[in-house]
Amino acid sequence: METLIVILVGILISIGTYLILSRQFLRIVLGASIVGHAVNLLLITSGGLKTGSAPLLGEKTAGFTDAIPQALILTAIVINFAVTALVLVLCYRAYQNFGTDDMEQLRGSEHE
Amino acid sequence: MNNLLITPVVIPLLTGMVLIIFQRNIQLQRVLSLIALIVTSVISVLLMNQIKNDGIQTLQLGGWEAPFGISFVGDMFSALLLLATSIVSIGCLIYAFSSIGRKQEKLYFYPLFLFLITGVNGSFLTGDLFNLYVFFEVFLVASYVLITMGGDKRQLQESLKYIFTNIISSAFFLIGVAYLYSMTGTLNLAHLSIRISEVGQDGLITTVAFLFLIVFALKAGLLLFFWLPGSYSVPPTAIAGIFAALLTKVGIYAMIRMFTLIFYHEPQITHLFIGILAAVTMVLGGIGAIGYWDLRKILTYNVVISVGFIMAGLVSMTPAGMTGSIYYLIHDMLIKALVFLIGGTVIHIAGTSDLKQISGLIRHHPRLGWMFFIAALSMVGIPPLSGFLGKVFITKGTFESGYFWLGGIGLLASLFILYSMIKIFMNAFWGETILSEEEEKGTTKGLLLPIALLTVGSLTLGFGAEGIAGHVAQAAEELLNPSLYISAVFD
Repeated sequence: METLIVILVGILISIGTYLILSRQFLRIVLGASIVGHAVNLLLITSGGLKTGSAPLLGEKTAGFTDAIPQALILTAIVINFAVTALVLVLCYRAYQNFGTDDMEQLRGSEHE
Repeated sequence: MNNLLITPVVIPLLTGMVLIIFQRNIQLQRVLSLIALIVTSVISVLLMNQIKNDGIQTLQLGGWEAPFGISFVGDMFSALLLLATSIVSIGCLIYAFSSIGRKQEKLYFYPLFLFLITGVNGSFLTGDLFNLYVFFEVFLVASYVLITMGGDKRQLQESLKYIFTNIISSAFFLIGVAYLYSMTGTLNLAHLSIRISEVGQDGLITTVAFLFLIVFALKAGLLLFFWLPGSYSVPPTAIAGIFAALLTKVGIYAMIRMFTLIFYHEPQITHLFIGILAAVTMVLGGIGAIGYWDLRKILTYNVVISVGFIMAGLVSMTPAGMTGSIYYLIHDMLIKALVFLIGGTVIHIAGTSDLKQISGLIRHHPRLGWMFFIAALSMVGIPPLSGFLGKVFITKGTFESGYFWLGGIGLLASLFILYSMIKIFMNAFWGETILSEEEEKGTTKGLLLPIALLTVGSLTLGFGAEGIAGHVAQAAEELLNPSLYISAVFD
């Protein structure tokens, strides 16, 4: 199961990379967001997916599932969400100001 | 257990949250944020004394003992950086009072500024890798908003690049965390250090070390500084000053921490590679600094040079090199804020950042001119000033450990700095005065005080070096002996 998830992470990362390399704002944001999801999947796989029952004292089993990766991705998802929201707003503002959503046209600066 | 350790994080955070409520009362916002930063600096002095007397201080949050909970660890290195951060942020904050403008002040400038400081202080104090990521995100998100403050077209353009770069490097950070967790099963820095020294730093762990190197190099601007000159030259002066002084330095701090505490077993691979990156960074930064005629561009390339130079001390892994890196890091925080504020003031007066159109400002602004001259000399490392000791120790360290080429390039980089700073001084301050006092685009009213404050800070660091020599030596010793850090966390 872990192997399958890691392969899925690889596929997601390559899709994300492809999108990030394109020129439109929205595609870059989506790409970054997909990479974020891939990384979250990788994080939750890092402790092993399901190695026992829930890590509660009352449970009478030999093995427990590692709870730390779950705590980690919870934080990571929230941060990812906030940053994506901010970037979307910024992209919209940039689109309004420049009248374009093409990264290529934002190169260089008029000061030089 | 020392509850004082959490205060440099909590005070700016809570003050920032309270200030959001008082959005319209600008006077209150100014006073409260200044008080919060002054209190933080007093606390960092207290912490420094405690660490001096009783060794490394720790705090296990919520009473969860390491390695199960999140530990806060304050060693001398963190405490020195905390103090430098507080001084720099007070300087930039006072500068912002009279330069940032009503509109920005109402648009939550002060809360965001304090959140930035929260993130930076937290990164210096945390003893947990994932918590480090969280604090990185805290100050990055604050910086995303600060960099766009004003909504000018160039700011939007540069901020998009800045944000996308940082999102990708944060993803790399998490990938590194995931790999390290799956290999070692812990995220506590001290525990990681123990586990890795037990199993040995094999090829896989070295690869992960390189992953972290890429992440922090992107944040610090070590070789991967392509985003830096653009994004540091667009925000308002006070914000550019705090960015130049703090943001790259957090990356440097993280790199020094990771490569002295955790990944120190294979220096012939990792540290040599950092050395090569540092050398290339210094040369490229130097070329940028001499090549441009834009005041802000020259200053941002100087930020890049100093990143390379500080890393050279880490590469040597000798007491002298480490001492040098710490001295230079503190010096660089003060001096970069100082020159960015002076540069911003010059642009404010002249209305342009093109050096060819600025001339002879020293006639009407003698104090500004001479303070810039002092800053320039101490950046180059003229003896009694603050840059000197760092340069001597770093060069000594690199020579002692046999990296003659690295030390040589470091000295060459000093010449680049000298040339670029004197170019600014000769063009902007000397020469024929072309602007009469009436023609100037802005006044220096209220702007000279913070600049003078930072100049005094830098002079004190230079002339009073004897006073903190013991502290810096202790910090270097703690960095070179990971066992001190580990035993402090697990006792």
